[in-house]
Amino acid sequence: MIRFDSVTKAYPGTTRPALNSVTLEILKGEFVFLVGASGSGKSSFLRLILREETPTKGEIHVLGQQLNTLANRKVPYFRRNLGVVFQDFRLLPNKTVFDNVAFTLQVIGKSRGFIQEAVPDALKMVGLAGKSSRYPHELSGGEQQRVAIARAVVNKPAILLADEPTGNLDPATSAGIMTLLERINLGGTTVLMATHDAGIVNQMQRRVIELVTGQIVRDERQGGYQTSAIPVQDFPVGSPL
Amino acid sequence: MRFGLIMGEVASGLRRNVSMVVSVILVTFISLTFVGAAILLQMQITQMKGYWYDRAQVAVYLCTDLDDTGNCTQAEATQAQIDNIEQRLQSETLAPYIEKYEFESHEQAYENFQTQLGDSPMAGFVTPETLNESFRVNLIDPSDADILIESLSGEAGVEDVQDQRGYLDQIFAVLNAASYTAIGVAALMLVAAVLLIATTIRLSAFSRRRELGIMRLVGASNRFIQTPFILEGVFAAVIGSLFAGGAIVAIVQFFVRGYLAPTLGPNTTLVSLGDALVVVPILLVVGAALAAASAGVAIARYLKV
Repeated sequence: MIRFDSVTKAYPGTTRPALNSVTLEILKGEFVFLVGASGSGKSSFLRLILREETPTKGEIHVLGQQLNTLANRKVPYFRRNLGVVFQDFRLLPNKTVFDNVAFTLQVIGKSRGFIQEAVPDALKMVGLAGKSSRYPHELSGGEQQRVAIARAVVNKPAILLADEPTGNLDPATSAGIMTLLERINLGGTTVLMATHDAGIVNQMQRRVIELVTGQIVRDERQGGYQTSAIPVQDFPVGSPL
Repeated sequence: MRFGLIMGEVASGLRRNVSMVVSVILVTFISLTFVGAAILLQMQITQMKGYWYDRAQVAVYLCTDLDDTGNCTQAEATQAQIDNIEQRLQSETLAPYIEKYEFESHEQAYENFQTQLGDSPMAGFVTPETLNESFRVNLIDPSDADILIESLSGEAGVEDVQDQRGYLDQIFAVLNAASYTAIGVAALMLVAAVLLIATTIRLSAFSRRRELGIMRLVGASNRFIQTPFILEGVFAAVIGSLFAGGAIVAIVQFFVRGYLAPTLGPNTTLVSLGDALVVVPILLVVGAALAAASAGVAIARYLKV
């Protein structure tokens, strides 16, 4: 589903690469946490999967596409198979909840009939069925993130990328969002979530990939946010994040 | 669905920066008016050339008692010399180029002189003998005049062989200079218009960068993203072009036809309303193409995946 073959990403003008010879594979239907300090390469990892960046070295395969050689004009069509959720929601403030979700489908040319069916379904799934005519500023943070998730999954993507989706939310709301992501994962969607939230990672007990200065230092089935089972270099247990 | 969506985007973009759109309209309007004026001037020159070159003759002036220029030695051209020149005109070498020729005697030259310049004080000093006899030659192709000049200039009794187109060329040079000036001004204004369109589109894209970011994220095709912006630029430029076309038609209708034509009299050839209507679509196409190109370049950086 997602495969990295000794991928290195160096940004121009920096000596240390953001990702250094990363090799891993994520299978269909997996729920994967991506953890690590700020600057450890989590965002670069997600951007590479989205093909917002191309790797400096190595090969990336996502959904059967070799991203290094994917033509620029084919990138939009590739991205239609991915859903993305951000920490800052990125909703359009001048559109209603319904229109925010529908916008995704409109711009990729779906028919009006399809939109009229798919959007209420997606909103119902995230538990916002009654709020489709509200504007984003009328919603709580948790509700806004649910709209963003509805927007990400309305097109039934095979992969959902979440970049610290609970970063701006309190623990109770975060738990609700995690339940939602889990439900989406149970529907067959591969979920890859970058996070700093130790509580969530420890509680979910899913696959955990830890990055330190651009290298994978841990890839654990059913892991916690930190573990003492495998020694971690340069990143002592209990150090402030 | 998609068409309506794109049109909605265009409308909201135009609403959002009305002042920039108005300035784009004005700049394209003025620059294309200059372009149109330059085209009209060129048309005018072509028409005048066609009209006057047909009437322009090559004049073979013969010697009088007073001339000592050319092949003259202050002696009137003899009848033998005149016959010789006429024979040359009828000869196989020259005849194919000549449509017709006529001989103008001293008396005819004097008559013509009196009708044309009879009012001037100089007319009193002129007698028929001081005016040259001449052959007036109409050529099939006026640009062949050099052949005649070369072959007859050396003949005895010939003072000078003149191509009357030489007089016209000065007029055309003035008109040409005017049209090049108009083109120069138009080029500068068009550069301004192109830059202004690019800036407008950048502003428009900047004010919609959230939407653009989400569009790129969810996989909207580049064409879908850029079309509203290009249409926005083209819309503004086409309105400017329409104004410019209107101005050109108005100039021809009210200035050229309404003022110049009656002032200069019936013997002048001036551009007609039909010519102006040919210019209008040219302006529309130029305006639309420039706007589309500059908007396309301006939006390109928002399309990088």
